[in-house]
Amino acid sequence: MALLEVKDLHARVEEKEILRGLDLKVNAGEVHAIMGPNGSGKSTLSYVLAGKDDYEVTGGSATLDGEDLLVLEPDERAAKGLFLAFQYPIEIPGVASMTFLRTAVNSVRKKRGEEELSTPDFLRLVRERAKELNIKDDMLKRPVNVGFSGGEKKRNEILQMALLEPKMCVLDETDSGLDIDALKIVADGVNRLRAKNRGFLVITHYQRLLDHIVPDVVHVMARGKIVRTGGPELAHELEAKGYAGYENAA
Amino acid sequence: MNAEVKMMRTAAETQYSDALAALPGAEPVRALREKALRLFAEKGLPHRRVEEWKYTDLRVLLREMAPLAGKPDAAALAEAKKCDVLANVGAREITFVNGAFVAGLSNLKGLEKGLTISTLGDALKNDATLPQLLAGLNPGKYDAVFALNTAALNDGVVIDVAAGAQVTKPIHIRHIVTGTKPVSVFGRAVVKVGKKAQATILQSHAGPDAVAYQTNTILQLSVADDAELDVVRVQAEGDKAIHLSMMIGAIGTDSRFKSFALTTGAAVSRHTVPFAYSGRNARALISGATLLRGKQHADMTLEVDHALPGGESRELFKTVLDDESRGVFQGLIVVRPDAQKTDGRMMSAALLLGENAEMDNKPELEIFADDVQCAHGATTGALDDDLLFYLRARGIPKKDAESLLIQSFFGEAIENIENEKIRDAVMKRAGHWLAARG
Ligand SMILES: Nc1ncnc2c1ncn2[C@@H]1O[C@H](COP(=O)(O)OP(=O)(O)O)[C@@H](O)[C@H]1O
Ligand SMILES: [Mg+2]
Repeated sequence: MALLEVKDLHARVEEKEILRGLDLKVNAGEVHAIMGPNGSGKSTLSYVLAGKDDYEVTGGSATLDGEDLLVLEPDERAAKGLFLAFQYPIEIPGVASMTFLRTAVNSVRKKRGEEELSTPDFLRLVRERAKELNIKDDMLKRPVNVGFSGGEKKRNEILQMALLEPKMCVLDETDSGLDIDALKIVADGVNRLRAKNRGFLVITHYQRLLDHIVPDVVHVMARGKIVRTGGPELAHELEAKGYAGYENAA
Repeated sequence: MNAEVKMMRTAAETQYSDALAALPGAEPVRALREKALRLFAEKGLPHRRVEEWKYTDLRVLLREMAPLAGKPDAAALAEAKKCDVLANVGAREITFVNGAFVAGLSNLKGLEKGLTISTLGDALKNDATLPQLLAGLNPGKYDAVFALNTAALNDGVVIDVAAGAQVTKPIHIRHIVTGTKPVSVFGRAVVKVGKKAQATILQSHAGPDAVAYQTNTILQLSVADDAELDVVRVQAEGDKAIHLSMMIGAIGTDSRFKSFALTTGAAVSRHTVPFAYSGRNARALISGATLLRGKQHADMTLEVDHALPGGESRELFKTVLDDESRGVFQGLIVVRPDAQKTDGRMMSAALLLGENAEMDNKPELEIFADDVQCAHGATTGALDDDLLFYLRARGIPKKDAESLLIQSFFGEAIENIENEKIRDAVMKRAGHWLAARG
C-alpha cells in the first residue's frame, strides 16, 4: 500500500476547477518531486491535501496509509502524519513561538496516544532541532514568524516538520526566496528526516533544490494534473528546456 | 421648558427618586443628596437620543430599580468570604458587601507611612474639601449614574497617599454582592495620590449569577504632580446584573497614570471614564479587555480631556464578542487650545466570534490646538481563517487554535499591566472565560 495515494482528484476554488484528475502515489521511504509552471495547481494540491476550507473537492480520493484524508479536519490530518510546509508561512502576531510549538507538538502527541512532553523535555528538543537548522534563540522568543526574513520563515517550517515527526511531508516551494546557504541548511534539514517509514513530496519550480534533495521520482504537473513522470533526469531536462511544452498541455 | 424633550417618568426613575430621598443622612451628605436628586428629577435616566448614551439606553435597559440592599448578615459575609476575584496578589483588601464596608474582611492594619484609609463617614469629619470632590469634578455636566450615586452616598472609602509616600502593596477595593434577591447597591471610592507619591489600586466587582441585582460604583482618582498611579479593575459581576460605573480621573504635572479594566461580567454594563489632564506633561495609558458572550451588553465610554500642554495619552481597548453579545466603545479625546504638543493615540479593536454579535465603535477627536499629534483607530473583524488554518495544519484542534488567537488578541492589552502577579491573575481570569467557551 502506498503511503500517499491520490486518485483522479478534482478540486475547485471559487467555482474554478484547478485540479482536474490528478493521480499520484508516494511510497514510504521515497522522495517525489512535483515540478510545473506557475499556476498549474501545485499549491492547490498541497492545500487540498492539508484540508484548507476554501478548496472544494469535487471528485476522486486521497488516502494516507489507506485512510481517507479528505474526510478529516486539518488538525486530524496533521495528527495522522501529514505535514505541509507552506509556500508562504504567515505571521501570527501575539502568539509566542514557543507556545505555538508546544501546543502543536503536544496536540499531535495526544492524538497519537503518546504522552505530552514535559516543559524541560520540550525545551531540550526544540533547542536541539533549532540548532541543526541554525535557528537562533532570539527567533524563538518572537511571535510566530513575526519579523522573520523569508529564509527564516522557511527554516521555521522545517523546524516544525522536525518536531511533529510526520509520515508524509509536503514541501511547497520551500526553496523560493532562499540564497544558496539557506537552501543548503533547509535541504540538510530535510535530508536528516529522510527515513524508511517517511515519504516526501517536494514541490518546486526550479531544479536547484533537487541537487540537494535528490528525488526518486519526478512528476511534471500542468493544468491540474500530472502529465509526465520520470527519474531525477527529468528535472534536469526541465531545467534545460523550461516548461514551454507544458504551459498548454493537458 | 420644551414639552417635546420632557419625557414621561419611567417606573425606575420614580423608584430611584423615592428610595434615595428616604435615605438618612446628616450634613454635608444630605445637601449633596438633595441636590443630586433635584438634578435627577429634572434630567432622569438617559436614553438613546442622549449622544453619550446612544448605544446604551438606560430608560429601556433599566426598567425597574431593585430595592436598596440591607446591611449584610452573617450568611452574606460568609458568601462574600469565598470571593476570589483578584485574590492572592498580595494586596491590602478593603471590602464592601452589598455596599456596606466590612471591617472583618478588610485589612487596615500596619498601613504604610503616608497612607491613610478612612471610611467615607470618617473622612467627611476630617476633610472639609471632600464634599466638593464628592459632588463631582465637573459640576456643569450631568450624568445620571453620577447623580444617582451621589444621591445614594452612604458607605465608601477615601484613600489618601501623602506626598512622597511610596505604597508598593496594592490596595484592593472589593465590591461584592451576595444573596439570591435582586438588590441595588451603591459605592464610592476616592483615591488621592500626593506629590511624588506612588500607589497601585485594584478594584473588583463580583456577585452571584442568575440574580438581577444592580450596582452603581464610582472611583474618583486624583494624581498630584510627579506622582504615579496604577489602577487595575476587574468587573466580574453575575450574569444577570446591571453594572453602572465610572472611573473619574485627574492627573497633575509630570504625573504618570496607567489603568487596565477587564470586563467579563453583568448582563448590561456601562463604564464611563471622564479623564482630565489637569497638569502639564502628564502621561496616561487607559486600557482594557472586554470579553462577552450570550446576550451581554457592555459599554466602555472614555472622555479624555487635555487642557494643558505636553500631555501624552494612550488608549487601547480590546473587545471579544461571542454569541449575540453587544459591545460599545466610545472614545473621545478633547485637546483644548492650550494643550499644545499633546500626543494622543487611541485604538479600539473588536473581535467578533458570534455571527450575531455586534460592536459599535465610536472614536472621536476634538482638537482645538494646532501643534498636536493625535490619532485614533477602530477595527472590527472575525478570526483570520488563514491564521486558523496554519495552526490547525500543525495539529492544533480548532477550539485550541481559536483560543490561541483570541488570547493573543486580548493579551496585547493585558500585557500593559506592570505588576506580574496582578497581570497573571487577570490573564488567568481571561483564560477562564476562554475555557468556558462552548
Ligand atoms: N484562493 C484562490 N482563489 C481564486 N483562485 C485561486 C485561488 N488559489 C489558487 N487559485 C488559482 O488556481 C490556479 C492554481 O494556483 P496554484 O495552486 O497556486 O498554482 P501553483 O502553486 O502551481 O503556482 C491559479 O490560476 C490561481 O490563480
Ligand atoms: Mg504555488
